[in-house]
Order: sequence, then structure tokens, then C-alpha cells
Amino acid sequence: MLKVKDLVVNYGAIQAVKKVSFDVEQGEIVTLIGANGAGKSTLLHAISGLMRSTSGSITYLDHPIQKTAAPKIVRAGISQVPEGRHIFPGLSVQENLQMGAFLRRDRAQLAQTYQTVYNYFPILKKRRHQDAATLSGGEQQMLAMGRALMAHPKLMLLDEPSMGLAPIFINEIFDIIQAINQAGTTVLLIEQNAKQALKIADRGYVLASGQVKLSGTGAELLANPDVQKAYLGG
Amino acid sequence: MQTFGQQLINGLSLGSIYALLALGYTMVYGIIKLINFAHGDIYMLGAFWGYYSINYFHFNFILALLSAMLVCAVIGVVIEYFAYRPLRHSARITALITAIGVSFLLENGMSYLVGANARSFPQAIQVVTYHWLGLRISNVQILILGTACLLMVLLEVIIKKTKMGKAMRAVSVDPEAAQLVGINLNHTISFTFALGSAMAGAAGVLIGLYYNSIDPLMGMTPGIKAFVAAVIGGIGSVPGASVGGFIIGILETAVQAVGLSAYKDAVVYFVLIVILLVLPAGIFGKNVKEKV
Ligand SMILES: Nc1ncnc2c1ncn2[C@@H]1O[C@H](COP(=O)(O)OP(=O)(O)OP(=O)(O)O)[C@@H](O)[C@H]1O
Ligand SMILES: [Mg+2]
Repeated sequence: MLKVKDLVVNYGAIQAVKKVSFDVEQGEIVTLIGANGAGKSTLLHAISGLMRSTSGSITYLDHPIQKTAAPKIVRAGISQVPEGRHIFPGLSVQENLQMGAFLRRDRAQLAQTYQTVYNYFPILKKRRHQDAATLSGGEQQMLAMGRALMAHPKLMLLDEPSMGLAPIFINEIFDIIQAINQAGTTVLLIEQNAKQALKIADRGYVLASGQVKLSGTGAELLANPDVQKAYLGG
Repeated sequence: MQTFGQQLINGLSLGSIYALLALGYTMVYGIIKLINFAHGDIYMLGAFWGYYSINYFHFNFILALLSAMLVCAVIGVVIEYFAYRPLRHSARITALITAIGVSFLLENGMSYLVGANARSFPQAIQVVTYHWLGLRISNVQILILGTACLLMVLLEVIIKKTKMGKAMRAVSVDPEAAQLVGINLNHTISFTFALGSAMAGAAGVLIGLYYNSIDPLMGMTPGIKAFVAAVIGGIGSVPGASVGGFIIGILETAVQAVGLSAYKDAVVYFVLIVILLVLPAGIFGKNVKEKV
């Protein structure tokens, strides 16, 4: 479904992503793990069209998208839940969700999508008229995920959804990621919480200093001694 | 008491025009963090459009107002497209200086095209003055105040209720996240310039009716005062711009009423300084530290 090949992304003179290749098949949960500064977010920004790559290619459903503008990427079915949530303060919870559906024209099915989102995250329904800025960190993460779901994506990119959350919220978030996947959405999950990410992932890639160092199924990587030492605290 | 009421009426009429202008400053600043120094000149163009459309096309007031709004909206969008968009990723000071350049271009361009002299604005409406409780209030004043308030309410509805209005707010708080939900930044910014410039165009026609006299440099001082109004209200805040506009209008007429006409502009800046000392972010501003 998504094929990234030899991708290079720079910030001026700084090379953040150095010839990265990986792919995501339809229906999978694929995780990219790596330490701070490994280039994970940069990679997602390139896929979402917020940053231009210097070389290499990104292919989505057999179309090259490395030069496609962000709104068209969303329209094509790729939604990102950015690192740090980036909900819209000053807009209510419901308005944030409405913005998630900005490009949708199928009004009839929209009500259905709100329903789905509120089913995943009942707290959002309860808080729908509240300013999104007043939500707790965990609730904001839910809102950011709900907002991405509103576009009805085929592929969802999640950038460290568990960052800064209490363990109880983390478990809930991971459960919902699995539920979203089971409902038919392909997931590319970026995490520093490597253990939980690898547990739910079909496959994973380990990224370090802008390069893919290892790859394998979730179980393989969990069992890999190098991975255990570097990312699983053991 | 009577003079107080009279000055309040005059101040509100003038203030509503500053408020309309201040809205454009604040919306554009909110979305691209640019102080659009050419905004006062859009108001001048609106006044000139009103002048020509009434004199030569025999438009009535409503038609002159609406067409001025439309024409100015288009001009605003064109200016953004050619002058500011190419500088979107440059240092802010570059865009700021460009805005000053656009302002000079419009002022001198109009002086060249139509002449620098002042001309009298056609009276599209027969002035009738009503006397009530010893106060004098003209139908033009009522019209200005009414139109301005109607436009402000309309703008508030657009910003608060419509999808484009919400997209505007989303882009002003977080342009990256806005793109991630599929909002097109360029369209949203154009939309913002269109709205702000339409308000300026309306203000230009209204001021023509009020003061009867227009010239190519008429946008300079009101432009600066409306900018001050936007800052006093809290730059980026829409209700703040309206309130700031009324404050400046009332202040200016009050200063004139007590016989200090010569100092009316100085007082405006004095109040600006005082308010910024007490409330650095303006009356409605959020107190956020800004990286410049
Ligand atoms: N705006 C920027 N300008 C310059 N360099 C940047 C910028 N953003 C990121 N970088 C650099 O690019 C590299 C990769 O950053 P990136 O944000 O992609 O890492 P990450 O893997 O997402 O890290 P984290 O886990 O901390 O989110 C880092 O070395 C970082 O310093
Ligand atoms: Mg990151």
C-alpha cells in the first residue's frame, strides 16, 4: 500500500532521513521505533506532504506521492495524528472533528463517522461543546486520533500517540489502535514505547540516525537481543 | 450631559468605521502574522470605487457599498497573491517592508491616475437630521452605525459558524495541523484577505458619506488608527478589534469636544502606550510570549 524507497529528507544542511526504505501492506500495523532524533517525525512529514524529500520515492497505492501537496494526500486517504497532538485550541471538540472531515463531501456518511469516533472515544462526545484546549493530555490524544479518523483514512499515520500519557491511557490508546486496524484501516505507528508497539505490530523497523537498522515481524524484533538492549530496557 | 450624549453618538459613528478597518488588520495578522500596512489604502480604494460608481454608474448606496466590498475583496486577494505570498517563508520584516511598499504604490498610483486633490463624495443619501432629547443625529450616522454593526455580526457568524471560518481559525492557531486535515493554506489565506478587504471597502464608502471628502492619501491616518485599535483590542482578536475601534472613535471625538482638536491623534497614541503598559497583549489578547 505504501512504499518508501531510498528516501532522503534534509533540513537545510542537516540530513534527517538518510536513504530510508520500508513498506506497509494493506491491513497491517507497521511500527517504526527509534530514539529521539532518529528521523521518525521527519519521515511522516514527508509522507504527509508537509516536507519535500531531496531524493527517493514514496509510492502510495501505486502512485508516486513525494511531490503531492498535503491536502491531496489527505484526500487520497492518508491521515496523520501528529506528534504532540496539535489539536486546534479555541475550537470546540466537535469543531476539531469537523475540521478532520474538512475534505469530505459525502454528508450522508459523515454522521456515521462521528458515531464511530464517539464509540471509540465516548469522552469526546461528552466534551463535544468544550474548547479543545481544556481537555487533558490523554483526551487531547483521543481528539487528535478522532480528528484523523474523521477523514475516513485508508492509512493512518500515528506519531508517538502514547507520549506523555499515564499507563492507563496508554493501554486504552493501544487497544483502540488495534480496533481501528481491525475495522479496516492500515496503520503506520511511530513509537518510543517500543515494547507495546511491537506487541501489536505485524512488522516493525528500527530507525537510528536517519537509517533503518533492523526490520522484522513484531515478535522477531521483540525477541532480538539488540532491540531488547537498546529499546526495551533489558 | 447633552454634549456627552452628542459626542457619544458622533464617536460611535466614527468608531464603527475604525472597527471595520481594524478587523482586517487583526484577521490578517491572526493568519499570517503580517501587519498589512496597505490595509488603509484598500479603504481608500473602496471610497474611490464608491465615488465613481455613484457618480458614473448611478449606483444607489446599497449597490455602491456591496460592489465596493466585492472590488476591494478582489484587490486584497490580488495583493496577497502577488506581494505577500512569494514572501511567505521569508523573514517577517521582509513582508512588513513589502506591505509598506504596496501602500506607497497604491497611494501614489492613485494620485497619478486620478489626481492628488480631494474631491467631494456624492451624496447618495439625502441627509436628514433628527432631533431627539436635544441630541442631533443624522440618518447617515444611523446608517453608518447600523451597516457597520451588521457587517461585524455577519463577520462574526462567518468566523464562528461556517466551515471556512473555522478553517481560518484552525490555520491561525496551527497551520501545520490544519494542512494535515486537508485545509489548503493558500485558499484560507486568500479568503481571509477577501473578508478583511471587503470590510475595508465598506468602511471607505461609509466614510465618504460621513465626511464627504476623499483623496488618495485618506487611508494613511485612519489606517494607523485602526491598527492602533486592533492592538488595543488585542491583535488577532476579532471582538478586540471591534471594541478597540469604538474606543478610538469615541476618544477622538471626546478630545475634539473638549477643545483639544490639535491633539486628537496624540491622545490616541498616548492611550495606546498606556494600554500596552497595563495590558501588554491588549484588552482581549491572550498573553502569549511571541517569538519574533
Ligand atoms: N525544523 C528542524 N530544523 C532543523 N533540524 C531539525 C528540524 N526538525 C528536526 N530536525 C532534526 O532532524 C533530526 C530528526 O528529527 P525528527 O523530529 O524527525 O526525530 P524523531 O525521530 O521524530 O525524534 P523524537 O522521537 O524526539 O520525536 C533530528 O536530528 C532533529 O534535530
Ligand atoms: Mg518525532
